[in-house]
Amino acid sequence: MHPILGSLRQLSLYLAAWSPLAVILFYILKTAGGLSWVQAFAMIPLLCLVYAFMCLSAWYSCRGTPLATSSLSRLALTHGAGALVISGIWVAMAKGWASALASIEAFRGLDQQFVPDYPLLFASGVMIYLLAVALHYVLLSIEFSREMEKREIQARVLARDSELKALKAQVNPHFLFNSLNSISALTSIDAGRAREMCILLADFLRKTLGLGEKGVIPLREELELVRSFLSVEKVRFGARISVEESVVPGALDCAVPPLLLQPLVENAVAHGISNLTEGGWIRVGVDCNGRVGGDDSQAGELRIEVENNFDPEMPRRRGHGVGLANVRQRLATRYGDRARFEARADGDRFRVEITLPVEKIEVAA
Amino acid sequence: MSQGAQKITAIIVDDEELARAVIREMLRSHPEIEVLGECANGFEAVKMVSERKPDLLFLDIQMPKLDGFEVLELIGSDIATVFVTAYDQHALRAFEVHAVDYLLKPVAPDRFEAALERAKQRLGAPAPPVAELASAAREPGHFAERLVVKDGTRVHIIPVAKLDYVEAQDDYVALASLGKKHLKQQTISGVEAVLDPKNFLRIHRSYIVNLERVSKVEPYGKDSHVAILSDGARLPVSRAGYARLRAVLEGQAS
Repeated sequence: MHPILGSLRQLSLYLAAWSPLAVILFYILKTAGGLSWVQAFAMIPLLCLVYAFMCLSAWYSCRGTPLATSSLSRLALTHGAGALVISGIWVAMAKGWASALASIEAFRGLDQQFVPDYPLLFASGVMIYLLAVALHYVLLSIEFSREMEKREIQARVLARDSELKALKAQVNPHFLFNSLNSISALTSIDAGRAREMCILLADFLRKTLGLGEKGVIPLREELELVRSFLSVEKVRFGARISVEESVVPGALDCAVPPLLLQPLVENAVAHGISNLTEGGWIRVGVDCNGRVGGDDSQAGELRIEVENNFDPEMPRRRGHGVGLANVRQRLATRYGDRARFEARADGDRFRVEITLPVEKIEVAA
Repeated sequence: MSQGAQKITAIIVDDEELARAVIREMLRSHPEIEVLGECANGFEAVKMVSERKPDLLFLDIQMPKLDGFEVLELIGSDIATVFVTAYDQHALRAFEVHAVDYLLKPVAPDRFEAALERAKQRLGAPAPPVAELASAAREPGHFAERLVVKDGTRVHIIPVAKLDYVEAQDDYVALASLGKKHLKQQTISGVEAVLDPKNFLRIHRSYIVNLERVSKVEPYGKDSHVAILSDGARLPVSRAGYARLRAVLEGQAS
């Protein structure tokens, strides 16, 4: 939809802007074209009204050839041809209208009298069309900057939203309740292990404190958080949980958003291990190509995989996917197209793969 | 105790060893309650409950194989059930299936005592048909993703995508899936209520069909029609059923 046709106010403004053009055209045809007052009155207003609408077609050619990315020759060719065609049609319509008027007694001979004015009319048509092209480019750029502004605001809202969610996601209350229940059981069975579990839990909670405020942390810290989380879950699930970790040493200093891996591992426990009677496994793999901190560090990629087995016969629990969606969204707001996130179930395996640009952690002074 | 010589028998169901240990320990001060056994998943629970017929069941909700509600649906007898879970969002559903109580982990001893007291009062009182209630109780807008059927002590799980049709047979329904029929003690209306109406349609007093399986519908006799499924099965379609079926199929076509 053309933006000018979209609102009555815009349309009236646009037509009002045409009245000086109409006056100029009137003056030209009256003095240079030799038409009488009456003849000019019969011709000009209608011709201008029609041409006002015809010039709106420049919107489509302007959109098709954006000013910033199109070559000069293409711009000249597109709009030059557009001007010739549109103005040509207009002149043909003027000719038709003049001969129609000539059939009335008062305007007899108008069509003959108008013939020498065609080149003048055609030239004016070309100029006016090119003026319309310029107007449309202005309109487009206004619209573009408004769109950008809107998008920027949206991105900011989204970023804050996901940060807030990350904060809330720091400690899943059910993880806490189940852990406390385990401690409650251990107090009478094995007081020493109960104390140990209290310490593990405190250790994990302490690590999560303040993470939401940090933009990025070294992967090393995130992995420590994951290990701390899993050591608590190992008390709960005992031999049912088995974890395999393979991380290339070079990746440890890479920057990652906090709570990137922990929610994925928590997901693997909640939807994998906790549904498997015989227990399950979680594999965390990190690979990195490109040196951290090197000059070409931008070219490097950090690949993180979290894989686990699960029981494909269990119905999906509600809440499944919230943690994943949150991580995906945070990656999108921070990295845009430079990060990839892929989650896929294959038979009895669930696998999340994340690819990030390698970035050096900024050391706060 | 005034319970007499008769002991109250109980089974503890939880996939976490430590969670079972808490219950066991709290029951230690109640000599009138005898723990028959412990189960670590839903299958074991259904099997042990059918074999040992306890009076009382301590039941976790989120477990491997079958969840607590599915266990309750399958055992379907008047066993006083106390749910023990870390999640509070199932409480409403638990009372719809007439659970004796709903304990939250970590379990407080006084709450546990209160639950035990309520369970004792419940014993001997006539119980509502739990199986029917359990299968009907669900959160609004959420339909079953799978149906569970008990065959002796074995449990079959039928994902709804693999369910071809449901047929009413006296007090039972037959669930047709992958060329087999599984009998379940439930009403056809009860099954209809948990199936997503987007995929399943009651085409007859005694039949619900999976719409994806219907390959064509032909006239049959004066007033009625027959639906032919992709595996060749022929199901009667009543007049009202035909009107519903046409509305759905035409809605899909447009």
